[in-house]
Amino acid sequence: MNILVVDDEQDMQLLFEQRFRKEIREKQMRFAFANSGEEALAYMRAHHHEAVLILSDINMPGMSGLELLQHIKEKYETPPPVVMMVTAYGDEENYNNAMRLGANDFLTKPLDFSLLRDKLKTQLHD
Amino acid sequence: MENTKITLLHHPSDPVLEADLLQVHLALMEATLLAPDDFEGVIRRCGAEDLTACGTGKDEVLSSVEEYVRLIARSKAQLPLGLAYHYENLNIRIVGEVALLDGVIDLSFALAEERVHMNTRLSAAYQRKGQSWKAIHVHLSFPSSEQAEGESWPIDVLKARNQELEEKVARRTEELRTSLEKLKNTQTQLIQAEKLASLGELTAGIAHEIQNPLNFVNNFSEVNAELLIELKEEIIGGNTAEALILAEDIHQNMGKIVHHGRRADSIVKNMLQHARQPSGEKEFVNLNALVDEYLRLSYHGLRAKDKSFNATMETDFDEAVGKVEMLPQEMGRVLLNLFNNAFYSVVEKKRVLGTAFKPILYVATKKTESGIEIKVKDNGMGIPEEVLAKIYQPFFTTKPTGEGTGLGLSMSYDIVTKGHGGSMKAHTKEGEYAEFDILLPA
Repeated sequence: MNILVVDDEQDMQLLFEQRFRKEIREKQMRFAFANSGEEALAYMRAHHHEAVLILSDINMPGMSGLELLQHIKEKYETPPPVVMMVTAYGDEENYNNAMRLGANDFLTKPLDFSLLRDKLKTQLHD
Repeated sequence: MENTKITLLHHPSDPVLEADLLQVHLALMEATLLAPDDFEGVIRRCGAEDLTACGTGKDEVLSSVEEYVRLIARSKAQLPLGLAYHYENLNIRIVGEVALLDGVIDLSFALAEERVHMNTRLSAAYQRKGQSWKAIHVHLSFPSSEQAEGESWPIDVLKARNQELEEKVARRTEELRTSLEKLKNTQTQLIQAEKLASLGELTAGIAHEIQNPLNFVNNFSEVNAELLIELKEEIIGGNTAEALILAEDIHQNMGKIVHHGRRADSIVKNMLQHARQPSGEKEFVNLNALVDEYLRLSYHGLRAKDKSFNATMETDFDEAVGKVEMLPQEMGRVLLNLFNNAFYSVVEKKRVLGTAFKPILYVATKKTESGIEIKVKDNGMGIPEEVLAKIYQPFFTTKPTGEGTGLGLSMSYDIVTKGHGGSMKAHTKEGEYAEFDILLPA
């Protein structure tokens, strides 16, 4: 399963690679990383439909995670990739906006990696 | 003399005598009260040799025209500014060769932008000697309320009045000094309030900024704990190559823990610095890092308050800028203020234009021959011309009541110009952009 992680914090890449070292080693999961919404869209254009799951931060400079979500859900119809939103601001308004725009899940920071692992595995098996 | 009521109590048969008397009297009084340059000649012409004169003070008794001249000469040096007089009334009584005059003169002078008026009572006696009238007695006095102790000659009284007014001025000055002191205290409190208000705006940004490095510290620590268990297993299993890879990863993660720990540490330190009274000591500070840091704090602070808020931040930092001597927390406040204003303006514009509008904040630093430039430009509402003239005035704000103190830009301007000898210029087009250029001298 290809997972695209979108976050303006660059060290997220190393953290994911460490947290999912087993899954990566056993080739259950493949991670790609983008530091902004714009970068994420460029990646998706370059790698057609390779990313089946997108894990995006909401608060980023430039294009926000919610704008990215809207973009993905409108542009990539058949079938749109699974998008999970991640945010430090887990308030109701943020949640409702994410859901309205078609987010498949909503996680708050600090990320609970074992919970995330379970969720990703569920997606993997579906 | 136009408004003076002159009463002749016994009308003389000869109007020439009367006109002559009036002319002599007016000349003598002019010489007495104003001491013009030719006073001595006038007094000698109008006064009899044995002229007597008195005021109400016990020493103010003159018994010759010589003494009269001497007194006026002495007074001349001390006359108050803007001395003027006019007759309230004048009664003339001519009995044979003797004339008696009495009346009231309004004498006034300037003192500290006011005019002080004094009612002066006059009586004088003239005697017809040959072809002219000569003064034989003059008496000038002031009502008791205007008398100084034991004195009544006009100059002394004027001096007393003068002193009284000087005391009044001194009292007022003292009152003004006290209220100025109070104002200064209030100003200090307001400045502190402004700092705290901007600190409040920062809090959410700071929380967000600390949360991220803290998450990394926690996560990499947990990962390392797991990796250490694996490392132990690989060592027991004798897989040196695997163990070395794990050790390398653990080492790398430790580096991240230290890095993010320091990041959180510096955020907290800067926050404390912002709230502290400035030390007044200039330091060499990495300007680009300072600008970047306050940009992030401002951005996240606003994001936390307004979830729908977003803006593209374009930065163009000139590495040649390096370390710049400044008051870091003061300059931080200037930057924070400019960023907050810029973001506020693009939010306002987005409210009007909706999602079609893409807010952009452009921040650049540049080293030039004349110094270091900091440019903060937003594509927000811009500043109308009539507002532009007032933006640096203390307490001027266009924000709704309670939202702005109106001190942000005025304090920023002072910090840049007075605190750093720099300049701060605004360029704007209403509805299109606002740009603030700070120049710090090299």
